[in-house]
Order: sequence, then C-alpha cells, then structure tokens
Amino acid sequence: MDVLKKVPVSEQEAAVRATNFEEVCLGYGKEEAMEEASRCINCKNAQCIKGCPVSINIPAFVEQVKLGDIEKAYEIISESSALPAVCGRVCPQESQCEGKCIRGIKGEPISIGKLERYVADWARENGIVPKVSAEKKGKKVAVIGSGPSGLTCAGDLAKMGYDVTIFEALHEPGGVLVYGIPEFRLPKESVVRTEIENVKALGVKIETNCVGGKSVTVDELLKNEGFEAVFIGSGAGLPKFMSIPGEQANGVFSANEYLTRSNLMKAFDETADTPLMRGKKVAVVGGGNVAMDAARTALRLGAEVHIVYRRSEEELPARVEEVHHAKEEGIVFDLLTNPVEILEDENNWVKGIRCIRMELGEPDASGRRRPVPVPGSEFVIDVDTVIMALGTSPNPLISATTEGLTVDKRKCIIADDENGKTEKEGVFAGGDAVTGAATVILAMGAGKAAAKGIDEYLSGK
Amino acid sequence: MYKILEAEELTTNIYKMVVEAKRTAEACMPGQFVIVRTDENSERIPLTICDYDREKGTVTIVLQTVGASTYKMANLKAGDSFHDFVGPLGRPSELTAESDEALRSKKILFVAGGVGTAPVYPQVKWLKEHGVDADVIVGAKTKDLLILEKEMEEVAGNLYVTTDDGSYGRSGMVTQTIKDLVTEEGKHYDICVAIGPMIMMKFVCKMTEELEIPTIVSLNPIMVDGTGMCGACRVTVGDEVKFACVDGPEFDGHKVHFDEAMKRQQIYKTEEGRAYLAAKEGDTHHGGCGNCN
Repeated sequence: MDVLKKVPVSEQEAAVRATNFEEVCLGYGKEEAMEEASRCINCKNAQCIKGCPVSINIPAFVEQVKLGDIEKAYEIISESSALPAVCGRVCPQESQCEGKCIRGIKGEPISIGKLERYVADWARENGIVPKVSAEKKGKKVAVIGSGPSGLTCAGDLAKMGYDVTIFEALHEPGGVLVYGIPEFRLPKESVVRTEIENVKALGVKIETNCVGGKSVTVDELLKNEGFEAVFIGSGAGLPKFMSIPGEQANGVFSANEYLTRSNLMKAFDETADTPLMRGKKVAVVGGGNVAMDAARTALRLGAEVHIVYRRSEEELPARVEEVHHAKEEGIVFDLLTNPVEILEDENNWVKGIRCIRMELGEPDASGRRRPVPVPGSEFVIDVDTVIMALGTSPNPLISATTEGLTVDKRKCIIADDENGKTEKEGVFAGGDAVTGAATVILAMGAGKAAAKGIDEYLSGK
Repeated sequence: MYKILEAEELTTNIYKMVVEAKRTAEACMPGQFVIVRTDENSERIPLTICDYDREKGTVTIVLQTVGASTYKMANLKAGDSFHDFVGPLGRPSELTAESDEALRSKKILFVAGGVGTAPVYPQVKWLKEHGVDADVIVGAKTKDLLILEKEMEEVAGNLYVTTDDGSYGRSGMVTQTIKDLVTEEGKHYDICVAIGPMIMMKFVCKMTEELEIPTIVSLNPIMVDGTGMCGACRVTVGDEVKFACVDGPEFDGHKVHFDEAMKRQQIYKTEEGRAYLAAKEGDTHHGGCGNCN
C-alpha cells in the first residue's frame, strides 16, 4: 500500500452508468475503509475539523474506523451531523476537510468523505439510529423548510430537548436533497429518506404541503401556534435566466425545472405521470454543480449533451469530481463560449443556440479573469433543448410576508453568521435564504449555528 | 391526505370538489390557487380556488379534464382523498387590497369564460360581502356547458350570460357582450377582470383596449412547484419576464404577451403540443406527456 495515495473507491463504469440512474460511486467496503483510515496520522491540532462547517471530530471517528468499531465512529459523527450519508456524498471535501488534511501536503489527503459515507451507510444497513434526548424543554420551535439547514437545525434542537416542527412547501421533505441533486449522486429512497427518518426519530415533526409565508406566516406561527422561535431555511429559490432572445421558446428550461421534474417528480422513471421533454441534443448553460447535474441527467435520458460555459475549465465552479465524472460519461465541454440567442423553429420550439467565443481578460471583482467576447466569432450549435443553470435569487415569499425581517440588496435575509439571528425577535435564518445559492454543508453549518443561537435565546427567556 | 367531502360533475368534463384543507381554507383569498396531487405517482396540478369556508376548513376546487392526470382526479368520489393539496399560492386579487370605499366608487366588470367562471366566483362573492355589486358576463359554448349560473346570480350585480351558439342568454362571444354593454347599453366600467381560456382573454383585452377599460387577467401556465422555484410559468408582461406563481397569477392584460403564453402552454398541456413533443422526441418519447399511458 502506498500511504501517499487514497485507497481507490469503486465506481460504476462510465459507459454503463451513462445509461442508468444508479449511484455512480459504490463506496468502500469495511477492509478498504479500515485501510484508508490507517493512513490518518491523528494530528493533535487537527486542521480537518477546522475545515468542516459542522466541526465533526474527524480524527476521532477515523480512529474508530481504523479499529473497526464503526458503531462508535457513527456515534462520534452523529454528535455533529444529522446527515452524514448525504455529506459523505455531496460535500466539496477537497476545499474543506480534505483540503486541510496534513497528508495532502505530500500526497493525497485522507478520503474523509468516503469514510464518512461508509460509516453512515453501515449504520443504516445495521439499523443504528441516533440517540434521542431524554430531557424535554417544553418549548416549541418552528423550522421553515426541510432542506439541509432546516433538517440540521431541527435535529440539533430536538437533541437539546425542544419540541420542533418543520414546515415544508413541497409534498416531500428534503429540499434540494430531493428536488435538486439527482439519484445517481444521492439515492433518494435509501439515503435521503433514511436520514430524514433519523431526524424524525429524534422527535422532529414534519408538516408537508405548507408554504411558509403563504399557508402560514412567520407571525402566525409565533402568535397563534405557540412557537417561541422560528428558523427560516427556505432555500434559494427563483432561477435566473440570461435575458437573451428566444429564451421563452419551448424547450428552454431552468435547471431547477428540469431537475425537479426528474428528481422530485421522478420523470426519469417512465411510469411517473409528470412529463419531461427528452431532447436529442441538449445545451446546458453554466458551469456549477447544478449544471453538471442537469447535464448528466439529460445524458442518461438519451441526449448528446454540451456544457456551454463562458470561462475556461479552471474557473468551472463545479466540484472537480463532478466535472471528471461528466467528462468520463461523454459530456462535451464548450468552454469560453457564451450564448447570445436561442433560435426557434416556426412553432416556437428550440432549434439551436447561437454562441460567441470568449477570451479571458483582466480579473473582475470575483478575482476570476473576466471573459470578453471575441468579435466575429459567433457560431450555432444545433440543439433542441436548452437548460439554464445560472444560479438562483432568493425566494421573496417569506421576506415579503414577515414584518420586521430585513433583506440585503440581493434580497437575501439578513442574519448573523454566528447564531442565525435576524433583525426580528425570535426569528432566525440560515442556508441559501441568507447566503444565496451555496452548498449543502454550508447550509448545514448555518442550521447548526442557528440551533445554538435559538437555544441561547430561549434559555435566556 | 386531504379528504374530498363532495364531488360533482358540473357539466361535461368539468368537476367541482369540496376538499378538507384547513390551512388553505384559513389563509386563502380570491385570486389565489392551489396545487393538487391525486396519488404519490401524480403530477402537481395547479387548480383555481372556487370557494372556501374558513370555519369548516374546506376549499372548493373546480377542474376540467384535459389529460391523464386530470382524468385521474375526476375519477375521485366523495370520501376519497387527495394525496397532496397545497396553498394558497400566488397573490390575492389586487381588488382585495383596496378599501371598501375605493371599491364602491368603481364600476367593475368581470368576464368569465368556461371553467374560468370558477375563479371569478370567489372574487364577485368577496366584493358582494364588501358591499360592491359587480357586473358579470359569463360565456359558454352552449347552454349545457354553462357552470355556476345560480351561484353567480346570487352574488353579481347584473349577470349577463352569453352562449356562442345562442342556445341560452345572449348570442355570441363575450367580447360582443362587452361591446354591446358599453356602446349600446350605456354602461361604463372602470375596470375589467377577465378569466377564461387564453384565447378568450386575448380577445377580451383587444376589445377593452379599444374601449379603454383597464383589464386584469389571470393566467394558468404550466407549473411544477408553484412557489417560484422552477420558472416554468414565466410569462412576458410588458418588457419584463414574470413568474405567474409568485408575481401573478393576475397581470395587466393589456401588457401580457398572449401569443407567446399560448405557445408556451402547448409543450405538455395541449393535444397539439403533446403530439408535436412526441414526434420531436421520437424513440426517446416515453409517454410522460400524459397522452399515451
């Protein structure tokens, strides 16, 4: 064994997985996990913990894996995270825990994500569930949204003994874990549903089909329903478009719509009632994780897929692993390319996308080199479907109906990073509703901070 | 689960159901809508709210069968349940934000076409409860397809029924009645609210533009989540792209780009559009259109 290298993890072969919705990564077995764990040098001043937004005691759980006590490892992770099977799969470890790993200085870091996933999967397969708090505080807290921040906040509060109810707008709890991230990256039934059941096992109640700000307002929860604090984790929301000609043609979708139809509504499965246009040739505009998810979904539904991104490969915001997987599966990357118009046929259906070549100029405010169009370089890609994966702007449903809640220029709710406090008493917020579109684990970190903030607030009351 | 207390076929392909849905019943206002799923495999279907009873915690919906999903819904009887029922969605009618005084100083005309009569009813009823008698034109293809006539009569100031074939009431399209009322019968209106098939709303808007009556329409584009997340319901209003679910469903009818909205509706919603989709998809077509499975 080469201690400088990660124990490789098995994956479905690219050519096979490109035609199915089964999980791409197959995960470690026990021996592989123990071998990988033995690479950890158990640093005294562990940097990996500092890289984790929910501060999992990583060396301690890895140590237990090394010793083969997976149940103990699960207990250690559960102290800090309600969704380990999810995080082990979708966290950007390379820029967090693994990015800080000392092993990574001279060689590859410990495969912390894959170990976390192994532990969580083992616990599920062996029916281990997190421990329920014995102490009851007798205080009710409402959580709006059952995505990563809401589930984490609710789980932590329940562990402290609070009586927590989550209000979810859709018919299925999970937020982006259910509507956004595809089955082949995050299995819904086995992984997501089990982790949600674990949160419910802590005593958390979930009311689906209840839209915060519409079916019930934050003020009504506080005044009429006996909740003493409310956490808003309503997510990012409204998809952005480019405002280019032809964008209203049939066959132009937001990535949110495309993925929601496929993931939440199960349109990838031919027996589902919900339709989803299955294009022959698809252009996905954007370079983030959502763009990769949409592209790889379209590929599995039988299309030739092009990623159209205005900067170069180096600037792709998606995780390296996702880009790598997408390439392996045969997605074409049209980089330094920007759409200028969507072409329509006589019935207003998409027939192509006119693009212009770009080159990188001086760095802009984000520090990345600004892409500038190359004059006279326009060309057309023949496609019948265009998926816009350009990010989202916050949903106004709650901020518009809650008096005293303040939003910033981008319409994000203003809340304190440390404790989730908003400017309205008793109301806390976190996740994409506060930061704009970010990652699952950052939302979980915010949910965790808010749970602590809510506990402090209610303890002092 | 959301229990169906009453289910009734109002006319061919149009059904009325009273559903137990406490939160929606407590919070809804005229102009808003709900999203309903029959079972766990079903599509999310946006439907208009026709009436509500806050005390009993019930919401009355009216639906028209257009594809597999709505046929599945129409098969449900009293005593059955919907798997999911969420609302209220969208913004309440702007009229409900005005003071009673302001409303009483206005002459309001409602124009309802076909199944669009259902969402017009709660608005007229709400106005009546606030001391405002609004005039209502209800249009139907033929006498048998007319719905909610008795209910509307009870809440409307003047009710004008018109049928395309002249089998009942006045004869001709709703646009003819609007024109007759204003140019022949001395009526004056400050505002018009038109709800019905997209093509009807388009022509009503043409007519009211000529007659210089500001007009509000309520759109029912394709939707998935109904909370602003998917953008499927985007419509062009003036120079702006709006999401019907969070910015609407009511918009200034004189600014709505109807031709585009009608074309966008085709993709999964009309026979023609679905047939086109099937042809376009070819061997990847799998019946999810609701037409062939």
